[in-house]
Amino acid sequence: MDAHAHDTHAHPTPGLYFKVAVVLFVLTALEVLAFEAGRGGLGPGLRPVIEPIVVELLVVLSAAKFVLVAMFYMHLKQDPRLLANLFVMPLLIAAVVIAALIVLFQYWRLVGAK
Amino acid sequence: MSHAISAPHGVAGGSQHDAHPTTTGIPSRKVALWTLIGSECLFFASLISTYLVYKGKSLVGPLPHTESQCMLHGHLQTCEKIFEIPLVTTGTAVLLFSSFFIVLALYGAQRGNRKMLVGWLGMTVLAGMFFVGMQVYEFQHFYHKGMGYGTNLFSSTFFTLTGFHGSHVTVGVIWLATLLVLAIRGKITPERALNLEIAALYWHFVDVVWIVIFPTVYLMR
Repeated sequence: MDAHAHDTHAHPTPGLYFKVAVVLFVLTALEVLAFEAGRGGLGPGLRPVIEPIVVELLVVLSAAKFVLVAMFYMHLKQDPRLLANLFVMPLLIAAVVIAALIVLFQYWRLVGAK
Repeated sequence: MSHAISAPHGVAGGSQHDAHPTTTGIPSRKVALWTLIGSECLFFASLISTYLVYKGKSLVGPLPHTESQCMLHGHLQTCEKIFEIPLVTTGTAVLLFSSFFIVLALYGAQRGNRKMLVGWLGMTVLAGMFFVGMQVYEFQHFYHKGMGYGTNLFSSTFFTLTGFHGSHVTVGVIWLATLLVLAIRGKITPERALNLEIAALYWHFVDVVWIVIFPTVYLMR
């Protein structure tokens, strides 16, 4: 039996692609609504609730979009795991690089302020 | 047991006429493209982290979300905020839908449905051209508002990050337009659908990079 037979399944159907597109569109609309609510554009009542968590909201929403595109449109859900590893490992390194640089520059800013 | 070097099956739903058999069973061009995408992740991570560490450190305007003092036509003036969120949101939605269009084009290519292939691939190219046009308009709009490449830290990091992304989109549009011409000539058969699948992977990557850039640059104040 082929060693990789279990890694590969049929790609999604146009119906599933459409559902993913609708979800992506809704998530983008939610991002913009969160931004507007965070700056008071949707009324003063929402601002104190959304503003403190707007960055976290945007990170979660964009991460959800990222995962949907990678899983369903880039077919990582169906294709061999090797391809997912080629993508995910550099992504993890990229996330660590971004986090490390932000922490490093914050540290230098605090040291410089003393 | 193992047919380690067997017919490649990296793409379900489409045959691999021009793919070489490999020990992994995955077409080598597909592995190469994923490796390129992996390295591009690190490239864009460096640009995004540079944007983030210099965020809010500009000494003069124009600034993205607030009024500021800036030099315009040789005079210190009050400049309004520079971002036009509705325009960029429209561009973002169009780019997201282009990913939907290209999976439908690939679906058509893998099943020999030439009408579906040409129609959706043409839509993808148009969507890509719209996004590039939006970015060119945005850049020249910023320039006329007094924000050049070296105006402040925000402008330098912003133009570098979004400019590199825009150049990737431009490369993608040229690549897909070339495939569109081949599709119209009937040269993208189900056996050669891998050519489109590889271009589609690149296009989706350009899309996911924008999924990160859009909230990071435009929506986080």
